[in-house]
Amino acid sequence: MSPRAALQLEQMGFEQVYDYVPGKSDWTAAGLPREGESAALPQAADITRREVPTCPFSSNVGEALERMEAGGERVCVVVNEAATVMGLLSANQAREARSDTKVEAVMLQGPATIRANEPLEPLLKRMSDASVHTILVTDPEGRLLGLLDRNDVEEAVHAKHGVSH
Amino acid sequence: MVQRIERDAVKRLMEEGAQVVEVLPREEYEYEHIPGALHIWLRELYLEAATRLQRSKSVIVYCNDYL
Repeated sequence: MSPRAALQLEQMGFEQVYDYVPGKSDWTAAGLPREGESAALPQAADITRREVPTCPFSSNVGEALERMEAGGERVCVVVNEAATVMGLLSANQAREARSDTKVEAVMLQGPATIRANEPLEPLLKRMSDASVHTILVTDPEGRLLGLLDRNDVEEAVHAKHGVSH
Repeated sequence: MVQRIERDAVKRLMEEGAQVVEVLPREEYEYEHIPGALHIWLRELYLEAATRLQRSKSVIVYCNDYL
């Protein structure tokens, strides 16, 4: 609809007309603010943990392990310069590899991710059915937004239904 | 000429005072819209745009997605 709207405005004499073709799905999938009835319904972006340990795609295993151990982390998200998620590396995997090995050779490639506008109730069921405890949240370009913990999802879903623990 | 833009350009233009317009039906707008966006349904654009939009400012239109 927006391309037609944009052309119509141009024909009406508006000179500075822009068509945001990816639309509001793209906007909310990137975890950006929203207004309307949906703002009261929790989405993944609302409970995503933003502080996530990362390590550069260009690093080697030794450097990545050093970062994880310094921060007391068991896993780090491997990202490139644009913060695009490239993989996951666990400290255990790092310890078993030679320190000069590139992380890309050891990391788990293509980890599962979700978008920021993912509704929580169906997500909770999928995570529970798959026995997944955490999942990465990325924007439509695959850039890391944060990490979602299933405990937080459960809490948010139960809070919505007025269920307390 | 209409320019097709991505998310980062939308944010920049909004900071510069662009008018943002959702052209979907009202109930979709009421459910969810970009903060600050006006609602003008596509079918009413010809009637409403001239009075509700300023020609001197940029206008960004959007709907749900590519489809």
